[in-house]
Amino acid sequence: MVSLLCCGPKMAACGLVLSAWGVVMLVLLGIFFNVHSAVLIEDVPFTEEDFKDGPERIYRLYEQVSYNCFIAAGLYALLGGFSLCQGRLNKRKEYMVR
Amino acid sequence: MGSLFRSEEVCLAQLFLQSASAYSCVSELGERGLLEFRDLNPKVSAFQRRFVGEVRRCEEMEKTFTFLQQELRDAGRVLGPCPESPRAPLAREALRVQEQSEQLAQELREVSRNRASLRGRLRELRQYLHVLREGQRFTSLPAPLGSPPRPRALSEREPILDPSLHQHLDRKINFVVGVIHPWRVSAFERLLWRACRGYLVASFVEMPEPMEDPATGESITWVIFLISYWGEQIGQKIRKISDCFHCQVYPYPESEASRADTMSGLHSQIQDLSVVLEETEQYLAQVLDKVVLALPTWRVQVQKMKAIYLVLNQCSFDVTEKCLIAEVWCPVRDLTQVQDALRQGSYKSGSSVECFVQRIPTSESPPTLIRTNKFTAGFQSIVDAYGVASYQEVNPAPYAIITFPFIFAIMFGDVGHGLLMFLFALWMVLYENSPSLRQASNEIWLTFFEGRYLILLMGAFSIYTGFIYNECFSKATVIFPSAWSVATMANHSSWSSDYLATHPSLTLDPNVTGVFQGPYPFGIDPIWSLATNHLNFLNSFKMKMSVVLGIVHMGFGIMLGIFNHVHFRQRHRLVLEFLPEMVFLLALFGYLVFLIFYKWIKFSAADSMVAPSILIHFIDMFLFTSNAGNLPLYRGQVPVQTALVVLALASVPVLLLGTPLYLCCRRRARRTGGPALAAVGEQEPLLEGQEAGNSVNATKEDVESGGHSPDAEHLDFAEIFMHQAIHTIEYCLGCVSNTASYLRLWALSLAHAQLSEVLWTMVMRNGFVGLSYVGGVVLVPVFAAFAVLTVAILLVMEGLSAFLHALRLHWVEFQNKFYVGAGYKLCPFAFAPDASE
Repeated sequence: MVSLLCCGPKMAACGLVLSAWGVVMLVLLGIFFNVHSAVLIEDVPFTEEDFKDGPERIYRLYEQVSYNCFIAAGLYALLGGFSLCQGRLNKRKEYMVR
Repeated sequence: MGSLFRSEEVCLAQLFLQSASAYSCVSELGERGLLEFRDLNPKVSAFQRRFVGEVRRCEEMEKTFTFLQQELRDAGRVLGPCPESPRAPLAREALRVQEQSEQLAQELREVSRNRASLRGRLRELRQYLHVLREGQRFTSLPAPLGSPPRPRALSEREPILDPSLHQHLDRKINFVVGVIHPWRVSAFERLLWRACRGYLVASFVEMPEPMEDPATGESITWVIFLISYWGEQIGQKIRKISDCFHCQVYPYPESEASRADTMSGLHSQIQDLSVVLEETEQYLAQVLDKVVLALPTWRVQVQKMKAIYLVLNQCSFDVTEKCLIAEVWCPVRDLTQVQDALRQGSYKSGSSVECFVQRIPTSESPPTLIRTNKFTAGFQSIVDAYGVASYQEVNPAPYAIITFPFIFAIMFGDVGHGLLMFLFALWMVLYENSPSLRQASNEIWLTFFEGRYLILLMGAFSIYTGFIYNECFSKATVIFPSAWSVATMANHSSWSSDYLATHPSLTLDPNVTGVFQGPYPFGIDPIWSLATNHLNFLNSFKMKMSVVLGIVHMGFGIMLGIFNHVHFRQRHRLVLEFLPEMVFLLALFGYLVFLIFYKWIKFSAADSMVAPSILIHFIDMFLFTSNAGNLPLYRGQVPVQTALVVLALASVPVLLLGTPLYLCCRRRARRTGGPALAAVGEQEPLLEGQEAGNSVNATKEDVESGGHSPDAEHLDFAEIFMHQAIHTIEYCLGCVSNTASYLRLWALSLAHAQLSEVLWTMVMRNGFVGLSYVGGVVLVPVFAAFAVLTVAILLVMEGLSAFLHALRLHWVEFQNKFYVGAGYKLCPFAFAPDASE
């Protein structure tokens, strides 16, 4: 069976840190986009027409971006799990050599 | 532990050590690490010192240990650290260590030699076996008339004659077989052809398995050659040529049977040899095990012994040759501990007379000792990097624990970045006892690790200033609702859709009721991050903040000078230096701070059209002019400002001339008192001479030669005056330039904010562009890029930059108000932990 170990210990640690940061930050960003925070208006990809007829269209755009953030957070959670497994396999390999 | 405020009192002491117990006393002192020994024999070379023989013996032992370690490393074994720290050995123990180590080294050498020769023999046998096997292929196959399969394409020769036929021919075919290095094959072949062509056929085949080259140790695929020739002289030529090429030639038995015999013989020989070799290897492993067990302890012991003898070499013998005298710098607090150590040492060596320590007075400046724990060590080290504090000078380190991270944070303020830095430092602090972190060999990592508490505080303070600046990864956080109401302004101005379409930027006027509802509770209002004049507002705020902080920091530095003046009993400097310095700073720049705060409090948005400019007022203050368009801040401003400027200017000559004149007067007063006393009797000058160091020389000179002193006085006065003039100019100009230097706080915080915003706009924003659910997948690599760039640019680069500037502000602007830093550290004699190989 091909070895499941593809990252070294440092890469696994980096992956874990990045994933943890990604999950936390993207979940928070998603929440803030979901509550239509005004500070994030520049990040929402609006066009000129979205400003007509009240704020409803802008709000839908906000929510769409927030769903994207949550998806990315989920993907980072998967990546984090993968890095965690790689880290564990690395540790096991280190013990077995002895 | 009150000694962080100023360095501890250190005294010069003499140790009287009995010859017999000197070694164990110094061993005890070394274990505790209290004293710094001074070299009493500086002019004596290393070869002429008393204990040079013992030191040489230690070095020989260390050579043996190095050899043993080399052998261990060659065998791939790792030497563990010494489990417990053994004490320095006494003479007979040392002898035992020496004998044992030499014996082990001898054994190791013999066994290695045996093993090498056994290996060589084994290799030869195996080569012979291969040669025979391959050679059989040529000589036992009947040669068909067609061309047989050739092992090498280059060789166009094959045995054209079947040896089984050779009985029918006149010529007898002989064979030379051997092994040659693969790189030499073509040259060998060419030479053979040139020399003996027509009379031989040569074939080459590679050995099936690679074998070790005895010279270089790397494994090479050797090439077996089989040369069939006829004629004696050709045979000699061939042998000579193969000698030249360093080939290993083996005798080739003619008949099948003898070949088979030789091969079986070889097999059994190889078998036996392998068994012997295995046993040799086992024995070698045993010897190495012994070495691994014993070597760490020996090394530490011999290191300690050598250190003790080096220290003993620094002592001097007294007249009776029975007692060693050592001069040490000892912290006064530890004198009892030293006495205790000496007592223990004497007891251990079994001598009846005790060694003792005696304090002696000195006029030299003792070394500085500041005891730190793991938390304060980082801060003390950044102060010491500029200059070790002079003896008993006030130490800036305890204040740097707070001011340094705070000034760093002003330049770095961002909640997100501060949090990342804090978590990184927290991880280092929580795992600080893990050996993998402590024993890393990377120097940069070790630098970060040593400063982990520093980084922890820097991160914590950055989170705080991040909330003040209201920046989190360049986005504002709306913790409290914003105080500005756009709806009210819109209703008041009744902005129509056409108006909004044609005007890209709209103004919120705080004078309209309801638009501005009061200051934000904590920090900067988040609406500023959406405003186009964000920087206009923030620049004014940050510049004023930098100036205020700078003047407070510098004022604090001047105040610390009070402690120095009081401690060194120079109270005249309190009135003649501290007071004019403080007046100068406060009258000019303290007044500026006052103006800043006054304007902030007194003037509101309602007067924004007519608000006075502080800058113009400040300039007018110095030039004694006035500007009609600039309204005064308060009634009576002009006379107050004039008074302050006059006061400041008046303090300059006080600073310039005060101390020199005072010292001059004091010296003159003593001189006029001196000759009168000399007339009374000879006892008086002696009493006079017992004052503090300076006055001894002065009175003696005055009494002995009256003529010299006025010149000496003048020279001294000139030097003091010059020194004071430099100090005054440096201080006054420095006040202005250092205040301006603090504006870097504004500059760097602006740079950080802008970099952060650029990173978000140019990198992260691209992740939000996609509106379908694919956008979520695109966001993953975009965020990864954002994270990597944040760490590389904003945390590492900006962090180092802000660290550097905060350090500069401390070292130059803060410390030049009170710190001299001309001392040297106390380096106690202690047995350092074993450095890695």
